Amino acid sequence: MFFRDTFIVFRRQLRIALREPAWIVIGLLQPVLYLALFGPLLEPLAGQLGATNAYTLFVPGLIVQLAIFGALFVGFGLIGEWRDGVIEAERVTPASRTALLLGRVLKDVLQIFVQGGILIGLGFAFGLRGSIGGMLVGFALALVLSVAVAATGYALGLTLKSEDSLAAVANGVTLPVLLLSGILLPMTIAPQWLQTLSDFVPIKHIVQGIRDLFRGDFLTTGVAWGIAWTVILVIAGLWVGTRTFRRQNA
Amino acid sequence: MIHATALAREFHTKRGKEKSVVTAVAGVDIDVAEGEIVGFLGPNGAGKTTTLRMLTTLLQPTSGSATVAGFDLATEPVKVRQNIGYVSQSGSTSGSALAGLEVVDHGMLYGISKTQATARARQLFDQLDLDGLWDRPAKTLSGGQRRRLDIAMGLVHDPKLVFLDEPTTGLDPQARANLWTHISDLREKLGSTVFLTTHYLDEADALCDRVMVIDHGTIVASDTPDALKRQVSGDLVTLSVGSETDVAAAATTLAAIATSEVTTDALVVSARVLDGGKSMPDLLRALDKAKVEVTSIESRRPTLDDVFLTLTGRSLRESE
Ligand SMILES: Nc1ncnc2c1ncn2[C@@H]1O[C@H](COP(=O)(O)OP(=O)(O)OP(=O)(O)O)[C@@H](O)[C@H]1O
Ligand SMILES: [Mg+2]
Repeated sequence: MFFRDTFIVFRRQLRIALREPAWIVIGLLQPVLYLALFGPLLEPLAGQLGATNAYTLFVPGLIVQLAIFGALFVGFGLIGEWRDGVIEAERVTPASRTALLLGRVLKDVLQIFVQGGILIGLGFAFGLRGSIGGMLVGFALALVLSVAVAATGYALGLTLKSEDSLAAVANGVTLPVLLLSGILLPMTIAPQWLQTLSDFVPIKHIVQGIRDLFRGDFLTTGVAWGIAWTVILVIAGLWVGTRTFRRQNA
Repeated sequence: MIHATALAREFHTKRGKEKSVVTAVAGVDIDVAEGEIVGFLGPNGAGKTTTLRMLTTLLQPTSGSATVAGFDLATEPVKVRQNIGYVSQSGSTSGSALAGLEVVDHGMLYGISKTQATARARQLFDQLDLDGLWDRPAKTLSGGQRRRLDIAMGLVHDPKLVFLDEPTTGLDPQARANLWTHISDLREKLGSTVFLTTHYLDEADALCDRVMVIDHGTIVASDTPDALKRQVSGDLVTLSVGSETDVAAAATTLAAIATSEVTTDALVVSARVLDGGKSMPDLLRALDKAKVEVTSIESRRPTLDDVFLTLTGRSLRESE
């Protein structure tokens, strides 16, 4: 029953998303522009940044950015659905409340999977070279991260129920996280105080771990921290998400 | 089917720093038997939607308890949900989703197979005059079509108990009549129990076995429409006279047979009279004797609006 409910919700969400494919392209636009217009600037600096291939540094950052941005903003769609009465209509059925959340999250993960795949493919065109196995594991890690972020995004949307408040919260969170997690440039070149500050941002460790994986270094402390933080975030995200969906009156 | 005891719900709202408590439903007792069609009649803000949302497990009561379709609201909400259908006041479909598939998906969430859900949804589209709209995005439907789509959503799984929150708002008279037939058929053909809310007196009158009148979160009456109307003693007789000098005489004559106080408004005199039709000839003779020049006379059977006025001191229409 639980899997069936999840699948019904997933299929419905996917169907609606595919009716407006423009959004999938728009979501890709930003990372692709970064890749095309910012990536070449990093190529001559790769050595200084401690890498042999600039794109093993840069593409992991862009994938994490995609996972965070793509997934955090799912709350907007949910507020629209809530306003249309869809959430209440689903909640009056015997379907599992967790399935209502997971079906949606799965659709978002699928979307980020497609977008991320395209991004990595384009990365190769620009000169990305590294460990294929590492890239697969790293990409999987980013997808797990997107589960955490999407679940949190839905919880936020359903709690705030206002696009304006959600926009304020989402922007307030993403900008500092983006700057402090070394998505564009690795934090290793930052001054000490900034490095210390960035140590408190879990996403930084995840980006770091995925970078190690892309290079083919599987057994580093960076990878261990990246995996640990991803697991912590996904548990926390799903916990908050299911709690919000289960709560009555939500 | 429904048995609720002292069901109550408060809302806590914050207006700036000021906190206020709204008692939306102040402890209602509801008993609905299997196969009944019961109407919940009340003005805006009376607490109809809030009561329905509690009975459909969408809202936790502040206090009180209820069994719905044989299951306890608080301890077995999933069982309750399996056995009921709900059409909310404010819509249930996504604008960008296709109308037909919304209904099929909704049915499938109740555990019925895709084939079965599709067949029933097609049938409902046909019965509710939605033919040809299956593949249309819901946002392209007209207001009344979208309302009927909501109704199809609530009925797709053939629930044995249906809650309809103002099902006919926004429907044209023909669609409204069609829906009434459909709702009656739910009982005749499927043996369903129906609990609906409405502002329309004619709707409650035409459709319901029993009407519960709710005002300010309290049920003020619960009876058959006819019995309720009988509570208002007599028909309303209204007569207009030709000149101001006749008003006093007309009032005195009417008072002799009236069961209520006589009210006068300019040249119009009115009062309640038992069996207005029968007493009309005598009244006219008496008026003639008193040399009152009558320009028009009218006798009107009590309506539920009158019932409401008698019960609450307010007119249902005024409060809308
Ligand atoms: N979520 C809420 N928060 C605060 N107050 C609420 C909430 N929902 C309802 N109320 C209040 O509770 C009261 C009853 O509302 P309810 O929606 O049950 O009325 P209703 O009888 O359905 O009216 P209508 O005919 O307009 O649909 C109203 O005063 C309303 O303002
Ligand atoms: Mg209402």
